[in-house]
Amino acid sequence: MIQSFYTATDHFTIIPAVMLALFGCAILLFDFLIFPDPRQRKYLLIFVALAEGFTGFALFRQTAWLASSGQAQLQGFQGSVTIDGFGIFFNWMFLIAAMIVALVSYHYLEIAGEHHGEYYSLILLAQCGMYFLATGTDLITLFIGLELMALCFYIMVGFLRADKRSNEAAMKYLLLGAFSSGFLVYGFSVLYGIAHSTKLEDIAAAIASRPPSDPVVFLALATTLVGLLFKISAAPFHMWAPDAYEGAPTTVTAYLSVASGAASFAFLLRLFHGPLAPFASAREVWEPMLAVIAVLTLTVGNLAAVNQTNIKRLLAYSSISHSGYMLLGLVAGNETGINGIAVYVMVYTFMNLGAFLVLVALRRQKIIGEDMDDISGLMHKSPGYALLMLVFLLSLAGIPPTAGFLGKYYIFLSLIQTGHYTLAVVATLYVAVAIYYYFKVVRSMFTGEETEKAPLATSFGLRVALAVSGVMTLVIGIYPEPFLRLAQTSLLR
Amino acid sequence: MDQHLLSIVLLTPLAGLLVLLFIPSKSKDLIRIWANLAAFAGFLVSLPLVSRFQVGVAGFQFEERADWIPSLGAHYHIGMDGISLLLVMLTTLMGFVAMLCSWSAVQDRTKEYYSMFLLLQTGMIGVFVALDFFLFYVFWELVLVPMYFIIGVWGGPRKLYAAIKFFLYTLAGSVLMLLGILTLYFQHFHQFGTYTFEISELMKTAMPLGLQQWVFWAFFLGFAIKVPMFPFHTWLPDAHVEAPTAGSVILAAVLLKMGTYGFLRFSLPLLPKASMDRTIVQILAVLSIIGIIYGALVCMMQKDWKKLIAYSSVSHLGFCTLGIFSMNPNGIAGSVLQQLNHGISTGMLFMVVGVIYERRHTREISEYGGLAHVMPKFAVIFAIAMLSSVGLPLLNGFVGEFTILMGAFEANRIWAAFAVTGVILGAAYLLWLYQRTMLGQVTNGKNLVIPDLSFREVAMFLPLIAWAVWIGVYPKPYFDILRQPVAEIVERVRPGYYSGGVQNAAIPRPATQVGVAQ
Repeated sequence: MIQSFYTATDHFTIIPAVMLALFGCAILLFDFLIFPDPRQRKYLLIFVALAEGFTGFALFRQTAWLASSGQAQLQGFQGSVTIDGFGIFFNWMFLIAAMIVALVSYHYLEIAGEHHGEYYSLILLAQCGMYFLATGTDLITLFIGLELMALCFYIMVGFLRADKRSNEAAMKYLLLGAFSSGFLVYGFSVLYGIAHSTKLEDIAAAIASRPPSDPVVFLALATTLVGLLFKISAAPFHMWAPDAYEGAPTTVTAYLSVASGAASFAFLLRLFHGPLAPFASAREVWEPMLAVIAVLTLTVGNLAAVNQTNIKRLLAYSSISHSGYMLLGLVAGNETGINGIAVYVMVYTFMNLGAFLVLVALRRQKIIGEDMDDISGLMHKSPGYALLMLVFLLSLAGIPPTAGFLGKYYIFLSLIQTGHYTLAVVATLYVAVAIYYYFKVVRSMFTGEETEKAPLATSFGLRVALAVSGVMTLVIGIYPEPFLRLAQTSLLR
Repeated sequence: MDQHLLSIVLLTPLAGLLVLLFIPSKSKDLIRIWANLAAFAGFLVSLPLVSRFQVGVAGFQFEERADWIPSLGAHYHIGMDGISLLLVMLTTLMGFVAMLCSWSAVQDRTKEYYSMFLLLQTGMIGVFVALDFFLFYVFWELVLVPMYFIIGVWGGPRKLYAAIKFFLYTLAGSVLMLLGILTLYFQHFHQFGTYTFEISELMKTAMPLGLQQWVFWAFFLGFAIKVPMFPFHTWLPDAHVEAPTAGSVILAAVLLKMGTYGFLRFSLPLLPKASMDRTIVQILAVLSIIGIIYGALVCMMQKDWKKLIAYSSVSHLGFCTLGIFSMNPNGIAGSVLQQLNHGISTGMLFMVVGVIYERRHTREISEYGGLAHVMPKFAVIFAIAMLSSVGLPLLNGFVGEFTILMGAFEANRIWAAFAVTGVILGAAYLLWLYQRTMLGQVTNGKNLVIPDLSFREVAMFLPLIAWAVWIGVYPKPYFDILRQPVAEIVERVRPGYYSGGVQNAAIPRPATQVGVAQ
């Protein structure tokens, strides 16, 4: 009896999520039982490592299966979950982000005085939600994935209970997040009304049979889009991002900006691009809308970043602008553009994590270490960290030979290929604006005077994580070929 | 060894940088010695390029080619023709001279300083030898970062403003140029079905005139800002004035040439139709002439010694671009030679300012006067540098300017007439500068105790003076080297120019050709 509800294929399609959920729950249990002393809690990292190990192995097996069977995808649960190159690629990115964030968190949380076991469990459970965002092909699955991820983040953003900013950030994020989810669900209900099914495939067929100007389709499109744009912090739905980024523990900010952003983009692509995407046939309606939103996002992100003195806030606005660039890839919508989003997500994972990791090192006992003054004179104090930060910032700005250039390269090329010349010019000119505010940080690091003498808070985990991010940012920039091929596997066919 | 000669030249500074990173930053003398050695080695390994370069052979020499990013069609493809040869030699020599002139001027953060210079050196050589557009772009951008730091960390009082202005200006230009490159790249794919950044492949792309013009303007922004041509020159005085001496020397001598080189290597051969378009040529020639005259006039009004030299660059680079857009062998050959000359002369002039600034810590012209009495060696060297920049016969500047004016005259007599005034004004402001600072009686007591040039300081001027005299007295080898690459460019933009059947009437062709480049 149970076999018909939960076949071996079904199981195969969700093993990574199962692993993440199991280990997430295991951490909650063992935290109480075997690590009563807070100082031992860093050993919970072993659970995280095991979870990610099994997840990675499962992803690897899924890749191998797809390669050996020659099929582009494998569906489980009657089409609710779909394994394909796209989902697997994004899941690798989530895995890398989760690993790196977990690795640097123990020391940071100890300093912040909030080292609790459930933190690691939340990281894993959020990643479990992301898994379904990247592989779900059913509205219900996708929505549950989204909420699982978002709920974990609401808690993690407010993890510094004693910190007023953290509480405020969590509350803002929760209220606005819930509001946007409402829009999203409303859009989903309209979609169900159109297709009498929650499967993306059926919805896509139903929408394709209607004229693109159909008002019902437009209603569904507009409401869904509002929910999605909120998640990727595109203007004018970006208001939560700076506050949430600033208030959250820096490690969570890193995770939020990289993994949550990537997962939301995966979600967006599932709905807007590819054979299964419900809105793919209504491109002529949403393409101009998204073009306007992308330019608005670039404008808001880049211009608001210019005057920030808090580096976390500055990076928050910069990540808004990066969402704008990725949206442009979807506006172009050809193979280069979609591939460009994948490349962008990949390089963004390393460079943005790296930039936040340097801020993590700046957080010391009694020093918050987020302001421009706190990073001042870093070149004098710890040249290695300053140089790494320089590499990350150059990469974020898109200066070759760092990885960030390749992300921008693909986006610009896709705009040229599809004849969006004006958008291309606007997008390139914002690179010059971006360099201005990134170099405010650089200027402070290299020419400013130290404001205090306290050494940076380093730990073994932080050094490893920084080395990985730094090396990857440079290696992808200098020899990108294997990474570009990897990103190409993610194309939706 | 032989087939990798160019790579060795390109990577020697980088290798020097890697070793430098392991020298503890406290041992400043060791850092200085090593950096100077590395730069000198960079110059030495580039010498075989001269001896093995075959004059008059078509195409590129010392070519090296390897796949780099196959999925984008980017290659590690380097090589050089006569134009690159001269500019690479200028780069390696000036790199060494710049190191030498920073010996006593830079006292703090020496390790970072010399690291930045070595990185800059590789970037600049890379720009001049890249034959793949992607590779070129990487080197082009690579140059910005070290230069930002050189200005921003070791510069004068307004260094941060100047540094970011330099960075933003050039970056804005180069990202727009990137769009031009991508358009060309995509057009090539459209016609041939393969993505490639190879210059030789991209040259086969046939584009309609309208599109070529757009791409041309995109390239123009990237290159013209770098040169800098008239309306885009405002970053230059700031950057020059605030930069440390060696930074100014490299900026003037080499970095600006990246723009003119870009026009010659990319704009003209890749977009021949747009380059010959009547309107475009006229606009560019007029901008060049405005640059020549405006730059010279502004020089007359300067109270700051270094700013005067900086504006003279605007004027002199105007000659270089005018030569390019004369679109004939004399103009282009003269332009390349003048780029070399400007590198030598203005490099020396900036070093002159550096020497005096190190002693008196002021650049106000009115602070000086009668220095020739106190510093005779300095006076002689400054005189030579100044006269070579003015264009005195038997020194290098004359040959370049004369050839450019000849080319301009062939293209359009009115252009030449206006450009000649630049020569006169150039003589005026430089001689006046010399008179105000060096001649007469010593009026300021502080100037009485200035020490004359040390041995090291004389040594750093000597190779440049020797080079200036060589070009001035016997420029034939240079024109020989340039004849073939220039002919290729001219043949590309004006097919049939040499055989006599010029169709394009945009620039009237004279009945006979005279000139050194013949």
